[in-house]
Order: sequence, then C-alpha cells, then structure tokens
Amino acid sequence: MAETIVTMSRVNKHFGPLHVLRDVDLAVDVGEVVVIIGASGSGKSTLIRCVNGLEPFQGGHIVVDGNRLAPGGRNTAALRAIRKEVGMVFQQFNLFPHRTVRDNITLAPVRVKGIARGQAEAIANRLLDRVGIADQAEKYPSQLSGGQQQRVAIARALAMEPRLMLFDEPTSALDPEMIGEVLDVMRELAGEGMTMMVVTHEMGFAREVADRVIYIHSGQIIEEGTPEQVFDAPRNERTQAFLSRVLKH
Amino acid sequence: MDRGFDFDWQAAIDSIPFLLRGIPYTLLISFGGLAIGFFIGILFGLLSLSPIRPLRWPAVAYIEFFRGTPILVQVLFIYYGLPDLVGGPINALTAGIAAIALNSGAYISEVVRGGVQSIDKGQREAGLSLGLTRSQTFLHVVWPQAFKRMIPPLGNQAIVSIKDTSLFSVIGVGELVRQGQVYIATTFTAFEVYFVVAVMYLIVTLSLSYLLRTLERRGLVGA
Repeated sequence: MAETIVTMSRVNKHFGPLHVLRDVDLAVDVGEVVVIIGASGSGKSTLIRCVNGLEPFQGGHIVVDGNRLAPGGRNTAALRAIRKEVGMVFQQFNLFPHRTVRDNITLAPVRVKGIARGQAEAIANRLLDRVGIADQAEKYPSQLSGGQQQRVAIARALAMEPRLMLFDEPTSALDPEMIGEVLDVMRELAGEGMTMMVVTHEMGFAREVADRVIYIHSGQIIEEGTPEQVFDAPRNERTQAFLSRVLKH
Repeated sequence: MDRGFDFDWQAAIDSIPFLLRGIPYTLLISFGGLAIGFFIGILFGLLSLSPIRPLRWPAVAYIEFFRGTPILVQVLFIYYGLPDLVGGPINALTAGIAAIALNSGAYISEVVRGGVQSIDKGQREAGLSLGLTRSQTFLHVVWPQAFKRMIPPLGNQAIVSIKDTSLFSVIGVGELVRQGQVYIATTFTAFEVYFVVAVMYLIVTLSLSYLLRTLERRGLVGA
C-alpha cells in the first residue's frame, strides 16, 4: 500500500473573474511521477504552484506530508514546513545572479537547516557532480548555458533533501539542444525514486518517465491514467484534440 | 566702467583661502544629511512597499510632501518656523543637515522602492520555495540585487543634495555660497568669486562621479 504524500481536495482558485482551478482532486503517492499536460492557460502551472503555496487558492484544501494548507493561508507553520520539504524548479531557472553556483546551492541548507557552511559546500559539490557540472561551482549563473543553469537549479532544490519535487515547465525556456541534458537529470531522479510533479510539453519524456499523466483543461482535470491510456487511447475528445495538435510536430 | 568683463585672476586667487573655509560645512551638511537620508530612505522606501495600508500610507505621505515642496521652503520652515514649536532656537547647521536628510530621504525612498520592485518576482519565489522565510528571502536574495541597482541613482541624489546645500546660505550657515557672499560684500568681485565657487562645487561633484564610475567599472554596480 503506497503512502500518499500530496492530497488536493476540491481545490478552487479564482483570479479575478477567471476560475483558474475547478474542484481539483488529486492524490500523489510517494515515489510516483505525475506529469501534467494541457494547453497554455489551462491552469497546470497554477496547480503545482498551489502545492507549495506560491499561489493562494480560495476553496478546498491541500495536504502535503501531513501539513494542511487551507484557503488564504499565507504565513502559516504548515506552509513553512511544506516548503522545507518540497523542491521546485522553474521555467526561468530563477537562480540567484549575485551568488556563485555553489553559493546558490548552499544558501537554503545554511539558512533554513542551520547546516555548517563547510558541510553545505560538500553537499553542493556532490550535487553538482551528480548533475554533471562539478567544474562550474565558482562561476556565476550568467556565465553558464541555459541547460547548465537549469541543472544548477535542480541541484539547488535537491540540497534541501526534498521529499517531493515540482517542475514547472523546466525545459520551456531552453534552446532545443539543451533540453536533453535537463531531461536526463530528471529521468535519473525519477529512477532513484523521487516523487515528482512535472508540468511539461515534452510528450516523449511524459510517455517514458510518467507513472501517471494528467490532462487539464480550463482548470479541470478531465483525463488521467497511465501514459499508454492517455496517449494511445484518450477517452475525452478534448484530450484527443490536444494530443493530435501537439503530437503532430 | 573700464574694468569691463576682464576676469581679474588675482582677485579670484585671493578669494580661495576664505572660500575654502566653507567647504567643510558644505561637505558636513551634504554627507551628514545624506547619511541620515539613506536610513530614512531605506525605512520609508520599504514601508511604501508594504502590503499593510497603515504602514504604507504614512510613508507615501512623507515622500509626496518632501518631494512636492521646495527644499528652500523646508529649510526656512525648520530654521525659522520650528523654534516656535520646540520653544528654542535651532542651530543653522542642524537645520541644514535636517533639511538635506528629510529631503534626500524622500527621494532615496523612491530609489529604494524602485530598486526592490525591479527585481524579478521569480527571485522571491525561488527563495520562498527553498524554505527561506520572507525576511530571509528579502535579506539574502532581493536586497543584495536591489542595492546594486540603487547605487547609480543614489550617486545622482548625492550630487543633487550637495548642490542643494548652496540654498542654505539664506539661513546664514557658513557653507561655500555664504562664504562667497560675505567675501564679495567687502571686495565687490562677484564675477570672479562666484566663478571660483562654481569651480569648487564642480570639483566635489566630479570627484564623486569619478568614484561612482570606478565602482561601476569594477563591476560592483549594475545588473
């Protein structure tokens, strides 16, 4: 019996007159890789941003590893606890440009966990080695390629030893030749049993790595299943239309 | 007048020692006022960004008031007006420093607000997503980047404030312009003396510009 790490129950989010998330129910098990697909503006990024409280929501609740987020909760202990154990990788990397690659990675372990600097640096070096850029530790983010920057961002999130990783279109801002190196790191991470929620347009990656694929349309989950079920035999006609658009290319 | 527009170099040179006595006052008022103004600016600049209305409103009122009224009126009010309120005379030097502090503080508040707002919100989100508190995120992620961007406009404000101190000759504080006026009252060499005064301001402001540009070249300032 798998342990559930994320439970979203009837989550509703409004952004002004827009109803961005509609009654979203979703449970993610430990070790599971859930890939969320959908057209732009469908609410897929908003959905994962609700999980670590970057987006407030108005209805329902979210439980992450026993910590319950309620609507409007902004600065609660639960939110703090969730953010300590949920890592996030952004489309635009969001590395800290004023800190070296190594200092990007050590900031949170030192400030949040109180780990000694020397020890945090050892962790950073090990993670940089793992994502294949051990030789770039002293550089600043602007000196790296996009693919390298995104791998640093993954290492930075991993340094907090998260139980769950959120990926918000991690390859959408990359030049095509750099997408592979980032997906490789993610694939490896999934292989090691990391629980992941991934928003992406990389359908090949979704098919290969996902345990479950979710299709979201207008803020609603309208189809979910294994990659085979969703990609090869979608039941909903909107999913069929979306897939026929994106898979043609 | 047979002197016409001939520039009397000897008169200009003779005035220098007397004028130089005004420099320490000009520098003290400028940099003393700016140092206090810097702290006022950080405080009120951050308050003006607060989502909490009772904190934001007084900051905005302060900024608008001191940016929207002439600094000459501000210093006259402090020097001649406030003594009625506090029940005792206010020293001219103190009034000058206070006027620069309050006036530059308002402009620096806007520099701080603009600097902080210019930082991409993804930076804040990255800090928060790593588990940093909001204040840790501000201190270690947002502020260092914002401060770098603030240095050029802060340098600009310093130059403006140095020049503003010239207005304080009206309250009799012995700064550069005041020294010039006193000197001219006995020698009647306004043309030469104000030229020397202008050059002295230029030396101070150009030195500051040079210093800032050096900082910029060394990459301590900018993006």
